[in-house]
Amino acid sequence: MTSSRKRKSRKPASKLVGFTFQNLLLTLEEFWTSRDCILQQPYDVEVGAGTMHPETFLRVIGPAPYRVVYAQPSRRPADGRYGENPNRLFKHTQLQVVLKPAPKDIQDLYLESLRAVGINLREHDVRFEEDNWEAPTLGAWGLGWQVLLDGLEITQFTYFQQSGGLNLDPVSVELTYGLDRIAAYLQGVDNVYDVMWSDTMTYGQVRLAEEEQFSAYNFEYADAAATRKQFDILEVEAARLLEQYGKAKGKTRERFPILPAYDLCLKCSHLFNVLDARGAISVTERAAMIGRVRKLATQAAASWLDQRTGIAQHAAGVPS
Amino acid sequence: MRGRENLKGDFILEIGCEEIPAGMIAKSSRELKAILEKYFSSNRLFDEGDAGGSIETFGAPRRLVAVARNVRAKQDDVTRETMGPPKSVAFDSVGAPTRAAQSFAEKQGIRVSELSIVSTPKGEFVSATQVVKGRPAEKVLAEILPQTIQEISWPRSMYWTGAQGPRFIRPIRWIVAVLDGKIVPFSFAGVRSGNQTEGHRFFGKSKLRIADSRDYQAKLKKNFVLCRPETRRAKIEAEIHRLTTRKRLHAHADTELLNLVTDLNEYPTVIMGNFDLGFLALPEEILITVMRDHQKYFAVEDRSGELAPHFLAVINLPSDAKGLIRAGHERVLRARFADAQFFWETDQECKLGEYLPKLAAVTYERRLGSYRDKVERMRSLARWLAEQWFSAGVREADVAGSDRAAELAKCDLVTGMVGEFPELQGVVGGLYARAQGESEDIAWAVYDHYQPLGLEDPLPRNLTGCAVSFADKLDSLVACFAVGAVPTGSSDPFALRRAALGIVKIIIEEKLPLSLSAAISAAAKGLRDHAPEIETPEAVERQVMEFVLERARFVLRDKHGFAYDEINAAFGAGADNLVDAMDRVAAVKAIRNTRNFAPLAAAFKRIRNILEKSAGKGDRSQGAARPELLRESAEKELFEAARRIGEKVGQQKKTRHYREALETISLLRPAIDLFFDKILVMVEEEEIRRNRIALLGSLLREFSTIADFSELAVEERG
Repeated sequence: MTSSRKRKSRKPASKLVGFTFQNLLLTLEEFWTSRDCILQQPYDVEVGAGTMHPETFLRVIGPAPYRVVYAQPSRRPADGRYGENPNRLFKHTQLQVVLKPAPKDIQDLYLESLRAVGINLREHDVRFEEDNWEAPTLGAWGLGWQVLLDGLEITQFTYFQQSGGLNLDPVSVELTYGLDRIAAYLQGVDNVYDVMWSDTMTYGQVRLAEEEQFSAYNFEYADAAATRKQFDILEVEAARLLEQYGKAKGKTRERFPILPAYDLCLKCSHLFNVLDARGAISVTERAAMIGRVRKLATQAAASWLDQRTGIAQHAAGVPS
Repeated sequence: MRGRENLKGDFILEIGCEEIPAGMIAKSSRELKAILEKYFSSNRLFDEGDAGGSIETFGAPRRLVAVARNVRAKQDDVTRETMGPPKSVAFDSVGAPTRAAQSFAEKQGIRVSELSIVSTPKGEFVSATQVVKGRPAEKVLAEILPQTIQEISWPRSMYWTGAQGPRFIRPIRWIVAVLDGKIVPFSFAGVRSGNQTEGHRFFGKSKLRIADSRDYQAKLKKNFVLCRPETRRAKIEAEIHRLTTRKRLHAHADTELLNLVTDLNEYPTVIMGNFDLGFLALPEEILITVMRDHQKYFAVEDRSGELAPHFLAVINLPSDAKGLIRAGHERVLRARFADAQFFWETDQECKLGEYLPKLAAVTYERRLGSYRDKVERMRSLARWLAEQWFSAGVREADVAGSDRAAELAKCDLVTGMVGEFPELQGVVGGLYARAQGESEDIAWAVYDHYQPLGLEDPLPRNLTGCAVSFADKLDSLVACFAVGAVPTGSSDPFALRRAALGIVKIIIEEKLPLSLSAAISAAAKGLRDHAPEIETPEAVERQVMEFVLERARFVLRDKHGFAYDEINAAFGAGADNLVDAMDRVAAVKAIRNTRNFAPLAAAFKRIRNILEKSAGKGDRSQGAARPELLRESAEKELFEAARRIGEKVGQQKKTRHYREALETISLLRPAIDLFFDKILVMVEEEEIRRNRIALLGSLLREFSTIADFSELAVEERG
C-alpha cells in the first residue's frame, strides 16, 4: 500500500483532560496488581496479541491458579498504515489481564478498573456485546464480549474454553484492553498520534518512526523468499524439539526446552504475518501455513501440560 | 405454611446472567416457555382445561424470566392402575395366589390381598391400584427448575465452573425462584435460588427483594430495567419519533435493527448525533452499512428520502445529560467514515477491471481454482445466456454487456472496501463501476448480481444483472456438483440451494425463454473447457437438473401456491422450459376441478394402470391403433373423438393456450366413459387386445404432453 491519507497535524492539547498514555498503563497495572496479579513484562518475541505471551497461552493450561497483568505491544503487519491512519497501527499496545480461575465478580472488577482510570459509568455508555474470540493459529477460543465505551470497542473480555487445543479447567478469564484507543478517548483526541504519552511527549513523537518504517518493511521491503526460508528453518527447529520431548526421560524431560520450542512457534507466526502483509501468500497456502503454526502451538501446549503434570506428580511422590 | 390443596399461586423464575447475546434472547425465552409448559403439565401443576394456569416468558440482556399464573400449591393425588399377569396365572385352581401374584404385588409395593381383578377383551387380569400422593408444588419445582435451565439450547454454550460443570450461554450469577411469596430452593451451577434480583448495572440497586411477579416488574422499572421487550421497543420507537419529527426527519426503517437494540439494552434511550456533511458525498449504501452493521445506529433521512447528516444511537442508560456519550459516538463514527472514505479513494486509484488479475489469488474452492477461473466461466455462460434470450426475441438481452458485467462482477472482492465491509460485496463493485464510467446497465448488473438471496428477495433490476447472477449461480452448481461438493442435510457451504432457487426465480419471474438442460450443458461445457482436469460427466448434468427442478417445485408450491400434484402433473410432461411448465401448472390448477376434467383424470390413471399391467404381460402399447381392427362402436367412437380432439388440442398447444387445450381434452370424457363401459380391453384374441392397448397408449401419449393427468390426486367422490 503506497497511497496515503493526509493526517492533520495537530498541536498537543495544552491542558490534559484525561490520563497520559503512560499514566493509563501505570494505573491499570496498579489496579490489577493490588488485586493479586503478578506484574509481568511484555514478551520479548514479536507477537500479534497478548494472548500469545506464554503468561497467557501456557498459564491458562492445567490446574494451577494464576493471576497476571502485563502490557503487550502487539504487531500486526497487515494493519500498518505508515503512520497515516489516525487509528490503525502496525503495533498497538494491549494491556492483558488473566485471572485463573475466573472470579464470580469479574465483570464488576473490570468495571471498577474503568472507574480507576476516570470513566464515570453513569455518564458514559459502557456495555458488553457478544464477541466470541478465536485464534486459529493457537487452537484457542473462548466466549465473551467486546466491551464498548460510547460505541468504541475498548476491551475484549473472554472466558477461555480452549488453548492449544486443550480443554481448560478451571476456566480463565482474559481481559485485553486496547490502551491506545482508550487513551485517545480519555484525552478527547481523534488521532492516536496526538495522544499525550507523557506530560511532554506525544504518541507520535515516541512511535511514529516505528510505524512508518515497519509499514514500509512489511509492505515493500521484506524479502518473501528469505522470510519464507526463515519460517521453514524455525519450523523445523521447533518440530525437532517437540518430537524429541516425546523421547526424553527423567530429569531431562523435566527441564526439556518446551518454552524455547514455543518461542520458535511464535517467531513462525510472526513471519507468517509478514508474508501475509507482503501479499506473498495465496489463499490456499494461507490456510496451510496457519495449520503448520497451529500444529506447533498445540504440540507445545500438550507437551507443556504433560511436563508440568509430570513434575507435579514427581513432587507429590507419584512414581512416573 | 399455606398448604391448602385448592390454593393457586403465582410463580416467578428469573435466571440472572451475564450479558446474553442480543440475537438469542427472544428465541431462548420462547424455548424457556415451552420447556416449562412441558414440565408443568407433566407434573400436574396446572388444572386441566381453560381455567388452568399459564406461563409467560420474556428476557433482557441480563435475565431470562418466566411467570406462571394459577399454579397449584400441591399436585392432586393420582390413582395409578398397573396391569399384572392374567388371573389364571396369578391364582391357582382353588383361588390361592401363585408366585406370579406375589412377585407382582411385591414389585408394585402392595399386599397380595390388595390386588384386584379387571376384565378386558383379552380376558381377566390382575391389577394393582396405587394412590400416588400429590406433592407440594415447591418440591416439584425444585426438581424441575434445574432441569429446565439445563435444557435451554444455545448455538454455542460455555462452561465456567469447570470442564464438568453445567453449560449455558454465559455465566449465571443469580436465580430468583419465588412461588406464592416463598423461595423455591434449588441450586444450579453453584448458584442458590433466592428472592433477590439486580437492577441496572449503574443506575439500579443490587439485591432487590421480590415478592411476586408484579412486584418484580415494578421494582425493576424503578431500578432502570425494563424487563419486557415490548416496553423497551415502544420506548425506542417513541424516542426515535420524538427526536426526528421535530427536525422534519425520519429514521431509515429497519425492523431487524430495532429488534437488535431492543435486546441489547435493559433501559434503552435514543440519542441523536451528527456527522460531517462532507461524508454525504460517499454512497449511501456505505454510510448506512457503517452506521447499521458496525455501530448499530439508525440512519436518518430527510423528507425526500435522502440521508441526513445525523444518526440515532440507542444507549443503555436514562440520559446523556452532558452530551459526553453523543460526542463519543460522533468521534467513533467519524473514524469509521474516514476509513470508508480512505478505501473509496485508494481503491479507485486503479480501475475496477484492473483488480481482475488479483482474483487469481482468491480461492473459490480447492479443486475448482480461483475466482479468476470462475470469472472466465461466468463470462462465457453469461454471453451464452444473453445470446439465447436475444435469439428467442428478448430484445434487451445484451451479449457484450453481460460479458463485461461478468468480467467485473467479482473484482471488488480484492478491494480494501470489501475487505473492510464484506457484506457490501457486489454493491461496492457496482458503485465503483458507475463512478468509473461503465454504463448504468453494467454497473447495476455488478451491483445486483448476488441477488436474489432468498425466496422473497428481488431479482437483479435489469436483464444484464440477471444474466450475470444466473451465470454465477449455475456455474457454482455445476462446478460444485462436478467435484462432489454437494449439499447434504443442513450443510450447504456453497449455498447451492440458494443458487438453484435464484436460477428458478430469474427464469420464472422474468419469464425468460430457455432450455434449462441446454443451459446446464453450456455450464458443463464451460467447466470442461476451462478446467479439463475436472471430470464433468453427463450424470452431473442430470443431477443438477434434478436439483434445480426440486427448487422449482419448492418455489411453485411456497411462493405461487400450487399443489404438489398439479406441479408433478405438469412437470411430468416436461419441465425443461420452466416458464412453459409454469403456464401448464396454472392451466391444470384452473381446470382440475371442472365437471369433466376430474373424472377424466381418473380415467387416465386407469389407462395407465391397464398399460402397466399389460406391459407386464408383454403387450406393448407403442404404435398406433389400426382402425380396421376396431370392432365395437364404442372403440370406434373413441378413436374418432381422439383424432378430432387431438387436432384441435394440437393447435391450441402450439399457441400455448394450455387452459383451452385442457378444456378441449376434457371433451374426451363421454367417449372414454363409454369405452370403459362397453369394451373389455384384455380379451383373449391377441390382435384385438393389442390394438385396444395401442389405442389407449396413443391416447395417453398424445394427451399427456401438457400434463400427466395420472399424477393428479383424484378425490374419491361417490
